[in-house]
Amino acid sequence: MRIGKVAGTVVSTINIPLLDRHRLLLCDIEDVEGRPSGYTIAVDVVDAGVGDTVLILDEGSSARQILGLEWGAIRAVVVGIVDELVVDGEGRSLI
Amino acid sequence: MQLGRVLGSVVATEKVVGLEGVRLLIVQPLDKTRRPKGGTLVAADAVSMAGPGELIYFVASREAAEALPERFVPVDHAIVGIVDELHLEEE
Repeated sequence: MRIGKVAGTVVSTINIPLLDRHRLLLCDIEDVEGRPSGYTIAVDVVDAGVGDTVLILDEGSSARQILGLEWGAIRAVVVGIVDELVVDGEGRSLI
Repeated sequence: MQLGRVLGSVVATEKVVGLEGVRLLIVQPLDKTRRPKGGTLVAADAVSMAGPGELIYFVASREAAEALPERFVPVDHAIVGIVDELHLEEE
């Protein structure tokens, strides 16, 4: 999993049927200091909002497991909202 | 998934079994501000409606093939949606 921050949402009406049921979030991938390094568009299953620091899973088989699918073209899923990061014993609250 | 811009299409008559009828499009990957990022790639069009100039999003790796009707095909990028609106925090 990666740590990221929700930067925005992607709205789409023409997409593969599987994506009809899901909200898409554009998330910056961040390091522990909060510096961005790229982005990914991920399916939201935790009702994350813009500005939230989140846990992003980017692996197909786990994504299908979470979504209860046998198959499907989904790889990135927002699986958690981060409350606090502790690095080198120092906590950083994100709430 | 990543954002991309469709630049054109690829015509290939001779293809491996399973790729018959699959539209192949040339895609320029974009960063979140829609600027080109990295080299162009060829993606299967899983929505069958993407055309040149359109802002799309695509899935990469093994999951790309899962977007197609025949799932055991050698495809590493697939267009899975056309972007209507992109709402970013800064905008």
